[in-house]
Amino acid sequence: MIAFTLNGRPASVDVDPDKPLLWVLREDLNVVGPKFGCGVAACGACTVHVDGQAVRSCSLPASAVAGKTVVTIEGLPKADGTLHAVQRAWIENQVPQCGYCQPGFIMATAALLAANPRPTDREVDEALSNLCRCGTYGSIRRAIQRAIALLQAAP
Amino acid sequence: MKWTRRKAIVGGIVAGGLLGVGFWFARERDRLGSPRLFNVGADEEGLHGWIKITRDDRVVVAVPRAEMGQGVQTALAALAAEEMDARWDQVRVEDPPEHAVYRNVEILIDGLPFSPEEAGTVVEVAHWMAGKLGGVLGVSATGGSTSVRDAWRPMRVAGAVARDLLLRAASAKSGIPVEDLTVTDGEVRRRDGTPVARFGELVGLVGDLTPMAVPTLKKPSEFKLIGKPLPRLDIPAKVTGQATFGIDVRLPNMLYAAVLNAPTFGGDASGFKLRGPQPAGIETVTYVPGGIAAIGASWWRANKLLAEGVDVQWQPGPAPTLDSRALWNRFEGLLQDGDVALTRTLGEERKAATARPFEATYRAPYLAHTTMEPMNCTARVQKRDGKLRVEVWMPNQSPTLVRLVAAKTANVPQAAVDVHTTFLGGGFGRRAEVDLVRQAVTCALAVPERPVQVLWSREQDIQHDFYRPMALARWRATLDVADGEPKLVSVAKRQVAQSPTDQFPARILGVTPRGKPEGNAVENPPYAFPFYRLDAVVPDVAVPVGFWRSVGHSHTAFFDESFVDELALQLKKDPLAFRRELLAGKPRFLAVLDRAAREAGWGSPLPPATGRGIALRASFGSIVAQVAQVTVPDGKSIRVDKVTCAIDCGPVVNPAIVRAQMESGIIYGLSAALYGEITIANGGVEQSNFPDYDAVRLAEAPAIAVHIVDNPAGPVGGVGEPGTPPIAPAVANAIFAATGKRVRTLPLRLA
Repeated sequence: MIAFTLNGRPASVDVDPDKPLLWVLREDLNVVGPKFGCGVAACGACTVHVDGQAVRSCSLPASAVAGKTVVTIEGLPKADGTLHAVQRAWIENQVPQCGYCQPGFIMATAALLAANPRPTDREVDEALSNLCRCGTYGSIRRAIQRAIALLQAAP
Repeated sequence: MKWTRRKAIVGGIVAGGLLGVGFWFARERDRLGSPRLFNVGADEEGLHGWIKITRDDRVVVAVPRAEMGQGVQTALAALAAEEMDARWDQVRVEDPPEHAVYRNVEILIDGLPFSPEEAGTVVEVAHWMAGKLGGVLGVSATGGSTSVRDAWRPMRVAGAVARDLLLRAASAKSGIPVEDLTVTDGEVRRRDGTPVARFGELVGLVGDLTPMAVPTLKKPSEFKLIGKPLPRLDIPAKVTGQATFGIDVRLPNMLYAAVLNAPTFGGDASGFKLRGPQPAGIETVTYVPGGIAAIGASWWRANKLLAEGVDVQWQPGPAPTLDSRALWNRFEGLLQDGDVALTRTLGEERKAATARPFEATYRAPYLAHTTMEPMNCTARVQKRDGKLRVEVWMPNQSPTLVRLVAAKTANVPQAAVDVHTTFLGGGFGRRAEVDLVRQAVTCALAVPERPVQVLWSREQDIQHDFYRPMALARWRATLDVADGEPKLVSVAKRQVAQSPTDQFPARILGVTPRGKPEGNAVENPPYAFPFYRLDAVVPDVAVPVGFWRSVGHSHTAFFDESFVDELALQLKKDPLAFRRELLAGKPRFLAVLDRAAREAGWGSPLPPATGRGIALRASFGSIVAQVAQVTVPDGKSIRVDKVTCAIDCGPVVNPAIVRAQMESGIIYGLSAALYGEITIANGGVEQSNFPDYDAVRLAEAPAIAVHIVDNPAGPVGGVGEPGTPPIAPAVANAIFAATGKRVRTLPLRLA
């Protein structure tokens, strides 16, 4: 049995300890916001937060999150339902196209800005090595600047 | 008989025999459909097949096209809402059931074997017939950048008719003459502004009112929604994780299936054996078309079993030793003496006494689509009253074909199949294919009554795609050097490439391939060359090819626009000035070209090792020009700093979406130009996942500026694909400007 906190609530699953967190979320806990894109941590569509760090959940065994705190895109808004600044910035800048990779980008951005509220362009490029085949990179850059401003106004 | 006709029209053949079919769309309003068509729930009323209203004041628009990121739900709903005078915040969309009125007429017209420039009675009659026939025999499909082109009038007619019905219903309810009523901000008011009825108050009151025959549509100057950057309807769900893609479908009792496809093209499994006992949680391992599937309670477990726990005997396909080197050699041979499937000439050939030839050969590789959402399809086969019913949930671009293939696979009539289209995590043409439908329905037949979600790993996705064809082209020009100044006498292109439009109907419907090139690959250039000749060779190769964003333009634009640049150099002319000369008398093309050049600062000084390249391409009814600014800091690495893009797509429904689609098309094309290459060895694909088939990421993404050339009275053009073709040649031309090195092979590599 692996127990952890998922989006603010206790979760426990009886699974193969090697089963990646992504598949535990999607198949055992019906949390489908994190997406499967490559299975080898190369695209970032599966990004979630584990103890506040952005992690590619397709390549993290479920056993590694025992006792930890996991947040997915579903758990990013505040308890009262208010969207996270990154999500609001994403809507204002109309970022998503197909949208499949966006939960991963949003989670990676939220983790980056929590750790580094004013990242340089280079730091952004390094932290957001996710893949988007629709090419939303331009609006992602604009949305990140907006999210930085929103977080500074009301952290 | 009907079957034969369907084959014929899907194959893009307009034969005389088709004239016998009744025309459903003899009148425009016939495409409206019945109010009962569009699933009408409690507290709703259907006005016709495209629009229903709800008691809580919503306007629900039927969007029978796949949302794959191109903003089609938003664009099509805006067309209807505009003529209805609905408020944007009351508009919702729904996927209607499969019906003839929802089929895409434009995609058939586009599929006809004519170049867009061709005119004349035969072409006009063929277009007219295809338009009429589209609704009868056509396909509900999303592709070819056709959605807005197809919907521009029908959606607006639907909105105008809905508005009129609501006005008359409100008049009957209130006793106010209809002439005194109008719709403002999504409710019926008196002309003096007094509210009369909210749309929700009219639910149940429209009833049997007859739709008006010929609605008057707004003039562009009257548009309130069209032309505005309205917020997209699909975005809130996509930033909260609530959007349901195919992979997110969850049904009671659902099982998951992983697939292992045969390692060689056209191969299949002839036997398999588990290495150990069947693991817990695995329901069964079974044959599916092209390979085997493991079905169980966990996709991860099923996929692991296929990777580690099964020995499969593979029956090789027809070309188990095929490799890229041999293919290129064969293509080189075909370039010399292959049978020509199509020859086209424009202008008068003239012999020059003092002619100097100039030629250049270009290459483009096979490409995979790599949609971010790997291929998947969910199916369930149930017995109801002794008969089989099939239900399919799939992110797909062609529900008509999904239904057809599901019915064939389960051996049931098409009426016994329901298709649900989810959001698509990318399409790019890959999701026009229905290979997963066969596999999913086969799995569903193996576990009756239970839904099965078939999902491919990324490795299966990359190795079992329908690839953008590899292509080889040789351009030849004849220059007259009689008086010292070289002058252009003629140009000729000979190209070798497989044809997706030949293979697609063949593999789905069993139509015999005609050996004809894919239409987009043989479109005429816009340039007034003194004499132009095209010879196209269509080889028969075991590699499956398909529609890849912008189809033939994705490689021919590279060949053509690279060569025009090379010609300019031969003629000692500036690449922009030379194109302008060849476009004299074509103001639409000139406006786009000039806009891109001006906005990019064409001709202004640049830092060392930096160059600008320009390219122009008309495709899918739109004209796009791009200027790429490229730096080659070390003589080797290619850094695309900036792309300036101009587009004329005629009337603009949503400028924000047009811009997003240009950025998207550029990044997609740039990924291919810089990295994309599928190579073949031992009859299969060598690449397997993003580490060896990568794409542009944030760090490499250039700054992109998009400029829309105002042309509200022009023909309606597409935007999903036209942004892709010019980027590869623009970058190649910029590399030349920066380094003096001409790269004639994709992906672009120096040293």
